[in-house]
Order: sequence, then structure tokens, then C-alpha cells
Amino acid sequence: MSTLHTVNKSPFSTQSLLSCINHAKDGDAILMIEDGVYGAAAGTGVASVVAEKAGAIKFYVLAPDLAARGIDTSRLLDGVEAVDYAGFVALAAEHDRAQAWL
Amino acid sequence: MKFGVVVSEGPYTHEASDTAYNFVKAAIEAGHEVPRVFFYHDGVNVGTRLTVPPQDDRNIQENWSAIAKEHGIDLVVCIAAAQRRGILDENEAKRQGKDADNIAEGFRISGLGQLIEMGIQTDRLMMFGD
Amino acid sequence: MEDGIKKFLYVNRKAPYGTIYALEALEVVLIGAAFDQDVSLAFLDDGVFQLTKGQNTDGIGVKNFSPTFRALGDYDVNKLYVERESLEERGLTEDDLQEIMYEDEDDDWAEKPSIRIISRAEMADLMHDQDVILSF
Repeated sequence: MSTLHTVNKSPFSTQSLLSCINHAKDGDAILMIEDGVYGAAAGTGVASVVAEKAGAIKFYVLAPDLAARGIDTSRLLDGVEAVDYAGFVALAAEHDRAQAWL
Repeated sequence: MKFGVVVSEGPYTHEASDTAYNFVKAAIEAGHEVPRVFFYHDGVNVGTRLTVPPQDDRNIQENWSAIAKEHGIDLVVCIAAAQRRGILDENEAKRQGKDADNIAEGFRISGLGQLIEMGIQTDRLMMFGD
Repeated sequence: MEDGIKKFLYVNRKAPYGTIYALEALEVVLIGAAFDQDVSLAFLDDGVFQLTKGQNTDGIGVKNFSPTFRALGDYDVNKLYVERESLEERGLTEDDLQEIMYEDEDDDWAEKPSIRIISRAEMADLMHDQDVILSF
């Protein structure tokens, strides 16, 4: 049993990503969408928090939201995988429940 | 698989209704079912037919009305949230003594029970808000 | 999921009054109670501020809905989980929260507290044990 968590806010303006990471269990997935995608880039102040959990938790980022914000996938943290909306749907179907960290 | 979808932020100000729309479109293309989308909080503002976005921008309400018509999606606007924010259908406008209604095609106003029922009857509940 | 009853968790992470989320979340809980599902409420992050005692909204002209939490027991909603770490980070203890009681029909209608203080790890377990999660 596992959960797909979605985070839609920048980690530089709210605690949502941090709180999500603190409540996610091993085997869960966290998908960063909308302004949440800013948490997926390498070299930021939150990168180490994500990197530390990547492995136990699988991190994904929504590619169309990345592209809209001018972030190239080459700038993503190691272990963060970009998916499109079809990939988002597949993740939601694969996991047993979805939890939005609004 | 059946997906229930909640939109809990208003159009244009927040990306939530766009993300929800793109998710629903992708889910249907993948062969899943989306029997209902429930609009709550400021999300009820998606359901007014009186918005006039610039020509070169997407029309969020029309997109929802179209996808709902094509795929038989029940677009439900929460009545309590709608009354606070001035979203009315013809019946509600009459009942409340208002001089106009503004509900868009394919949307209907109903109670919060529709949200709970959606949670019970679908396999996954997806929330899009802020 | 047993006998068609689903586990519903209402996750409250926002403070009251600054935005409408807390009030409209409570409205969903009250309506949802009629559906006889297995309902729990979670309060974490700024959501713990919803349950503090002494709220007085006279000066801002907004309805004080905090007394409604005390009526939840009458709707058979009596599992209000509050995260200890979220309280501590905000300088709060259980004593700062309202007393919310319910009558336990399985225990000769004994009065029991609805608020259960749990750790962050227990909150994670609770979230993982749900069928439907509604976030506010």
C-alpha cells in the first residue's frame, strides 16, 4: 500500500514540501506540480532535503509545469523523474491513494 | 479506473483548474473514467458563463463545458460555496430573489453530499487547489 | 475497505479566519457525517490553530465557528487527531486547545475526549491507513 503525494507550492514560500516529506512513507511517491516544481531543481536551498529522501521515496516532477517556468530537465536533482499528464494519471492509478498537500 | 476530481481554487488566479483539466483529459485518453468533477471553495467560480477572457487565452469554463459534454462528466458546483460567491442557476436565483443567474452549460449546483458520494463511488480522489 | 465503508480523512493544515478553508472543511465534515463512513480529522501544521480556545471574532466581523467543533460528537465524528510536533513548533500544548468530548455508545455513553494527540510518525501511519483523503 502506497500513496501518491502532490505538492503544488514553491518550497521557498511554504512548508508544504517539507511537511509532505516528513509524512511520506518508504515506497510512496511525491509529485511536484505547479509552483511545486521549483523544489525539483539542483543547487537550491532545499535540494539536500529532497536528495536525502530520494530512494526511500520516489520523486517526480510535472514536465509541462517545469517547461512553463523555463526550467530545463538537465537542471533537475538526481533521482527526480519528469512525467507528463499521462504519467501523472499513471502514478495516481498505481498508488493506492492520492494526497494533495494544498 | 474511476477518478473523482475536486477543484478547490478559482480560475485564472490559480493554476488548479488548469491542472485538473489536463489531468482529466489525460485520464480519459488513457481509458479511465471521470464520472464527476466537484467544484468547491473559490473553484465554484469556474462555473460562471459570464467570464470573458482575452482572445489569445484559454477559456477555462468553455473547456470544462466541452469536455463534460463529450465524455458525460457531471460538473457539480457546491451550493453552499456557490451562494457565498454569487454563482446561481435559474432555480436558485428565483429562490433567493436575485435578478439573474450565471451558471454555465454542463454545470449544475448541488450539495456537499455529492462530494462525499464521489469519494465513496470512485477508486481515487484527486484534489487540485492551493 | 470493509462492508462498503471507506476510511475518510479530512486533513486540516491551515489556520482559521485568514482564509475560508477551515470553515468550509468543517461544512464538508458535517454533511459527510450523514454518510456513515469511517471518518477521522487530522490537524497538523497551521491546522492546529483551528482548535485553540478563546477565539473571539467580534472585532473582525467574521463568524466564530470554533464552537462547532464541540458539536461534532453529536454527529458521531469523534476522532480528531492533533500532531504533537505541530503544536510544539507553535508554542502550544494540549491545554491551549478546546475541550471536545463525545459520548461513547459502546461504553454506556461515557464522556470521552475526541482530541487525540499523536506524534508525527503516528500521523504518517494514520494518513497511510485511509481510502479517501480530503485536504484543506
